[in-house]
Amino acid sequence: MRVAYPGTTSGMGDGLDAAREWLKTMVLIRRFEERAGQMYAKNKVGGFLHLAIGEEATIVGAVRAMRDEDYLISTYRSHGHALARGTDPKHVMAELFGKATGVSGGRGGSMHMFDAERRFMGGYGIVGGNLPLAAGIALSSDYRETEEVTVCVFGDGAANQGTFGETLNIAALWKLPVVFMVTNNQFGMGTALERHAAQPDLHKRGEGFGVPGLKCDGMDIGDTYEVLSEAIEKVRSERTPLLVEAVTYRFAGHSMADPEEYREKDDVKKWREQHDPIKNFAAKLDDVDLDALDEEAAKTIDAAVEFAEESDFPTPESIYEHVYVTGGQVRG
Amino acid sequence: MAELRYREALNQALREEMERDERVFIIGEDIGVFQGAFKVTQGLLEEFGGKRVRDTPISENTIVGVGVGAAMTGLRPIVELMTVNFSLLAMDQIVNHMAAIPYMFNGQVQVPMVVRMPQGAGHQLGPTHSHCLEAIYLHVPGMLVAVPSTPADAKGLLKAAIRDDNPVVFIEHESLYGAKGEVPDDDDLIVDFGQAAVRREGEDVTIVGISRMAVTAQKAAEELASEHDISAEVIDPRTLRPLDLDTIVESVRKTNRAVIVEEGWPHGGVGANLAALIQEHAFDYLDAPIKRVTGADLPMPYSKPLEQIAFPHEPQIVEAVKALL
Repeated sequence: MRVAYPGTTSGMGDGLDAAREWLKTMVLIRRFEERAGQMYAKNKVGGFLHLAIGEEATIVGAVRAMRDEDYLISTYRSHGHALARGTDPKHVMAELFGKATGVSGGRGGSMHMFDAERRFMGGYGIVGGNLPLAAGIALSSDYRETEEVTVCVFGDGAANQGTFGETLNIAALWKLPVVFMVTNNQFGMGTALERHAAQPDLHKRGEGFGVPGLKCDGMDIGDTYEVLSEAIEKVRSERTPLLVEAVTYRFAGHSMADPEEYREKDDVKKWREQHDPIKNFAAKLDDVDLDALDEEAAKTIDAAVEFAEESDFPTPESIYEHVYVTGGQVRG
Repeated sequence: MAELRYREALNQALREEMERDERVFIIGEDIGVFQGAFKVTQGLLEEFGGKRVRDTPISENTIVGVGVGAAMTGLRPIVELMTVNFSLLAMDQIVNHMAAIPYMFNGQVQVPMVVRMPQGAGHQLGPTHSHCLEAIYLHVPGMLVAVPSTPADAKGLLKAAIRDDNPVVFIEHESLYGAKGEVPDDDDLIVDFGQAAVRREGEDVTIVGISRMAVTAQKAAEELASEHDISAEVIDPRTLRPLDLDTIVESVRKTNRAVIVEEGWPHGGVGANLAALIQEHAFDYLDAPIKRVTGADLPMPYSKPLEQIAFPHEPQIVEAVKALL
């Protein structure tokens, strides 16, 4: 039997503290994403903006199952992964604003967050582009004889890319410590799962490559945490990959440029009302004041927006910095 | 000095750098048990073991991506792709990831890796196995590009590439693997990127040869001297990124004429780029238009007589030079 949560009663001490922290982090991500959307509408944020509203449990559940020394690699929907990993919301917001104080110095934008110190190895704009990198990071962990595990997050759309099959094969063949986590939000951009996947049970897709699959309820942080913990520790000890499918639903459009004509408004409403990962988890905990958490998150994000507003844009003179590592064979 | 074949020089470079730095390892298709499609990695599996010499499935894009991930986390991978043609399958990992990551993440991470691959026509391998695509890689900022044409350069540039903190696309030439040349006996033989070699000094015309065409250009220059009394200076840039434009421009200012020879396609080629750079920096010194000798503008044909006229040989270079004088 699975223990669904670290603690649902006040008698569980640390467990409840952990559960509250999960809730707090999910709320932070939700409010961050909402505010990012508002800043996009105000033209403070350019380019594409992919929000993870509705997917918070997949993010926090997975990240909290990881150790500090483990590597996380994600997609273009990765603000939440950075925040959950502990990156200061100020620097994430500043990146959206294209400021020099952003996590990627204003060079990456929404799709390309990164935090080397916290082993968040990046958000990647190319669908499926991060899977081979995850295999390489895991190869490096074994090469250096560590216990590190890599968690590689990608969407249901990426499961149709060539890199999915290529990387699962190589990871299984070489016994690489990767947890491939497919965040199945049931749409590859605007194409529904059943219209893009011949085998919509995505966790079964690894079997042919020798990668066993697990499935979790990505709207339920307890279940996500349990299944990811099991997967990560199994991969850590056995040094061989697993595939985990987290079934979720994004409440917002694919990006800000999405009129959502491919799904019924009633479906979105139903998911929001019945499956909201934050509301449902809060209801299971004693003594939590969601309004207070909201208020706290709002303050943090106010400060992040203020920081982003007040930060400078990168200087024109800096435009070529970091194209090359200079000083060796390349002159500055 | 020892006389080595180009493939042996590359093999020495790999062996020495693997001995020197435990973070260096090689992955690629048939590089281990098979000893390498062109035998460049011969003996390395036996010497260094499967951890450091790793055969891969045929998955070019993912192989390069594995290298990128390993490079981002402290290792120094060398990825061998069987030929440049197959590297097109890895374009996403090479361009969108390997070359972009250091910039995209503001220098938080480096990608010190080498992607090696051979190119070139002449073996009747037809439209999918014969091309020279250095121009495509020259186009991409964020990585270094080497095109060695001699055994000594093959060794010295590969060692430099492995020690560099930037990603490097290292383009060998299939027809040069058996070529012999003098290679200094030096475990630290380094040929710095961005330093062209003047292969032959001359007064009347500057011929810039890319990859194998540096060799073909030298033969043409000898013929120009002996048969036509024309003194040609031959320059081998050796690396395209960074490019030693100074040496080329200085030569053109002396000779007042330039011919660029490459095996790749004409449009958007290395020569097109170089011609633009030369006229920007030496316009007033030019006594004639800059001439290009290139591969034919078509997918490479299989049939031997067609293939042979589809990439440059000495007579085309001689004709091009004579037309300028």
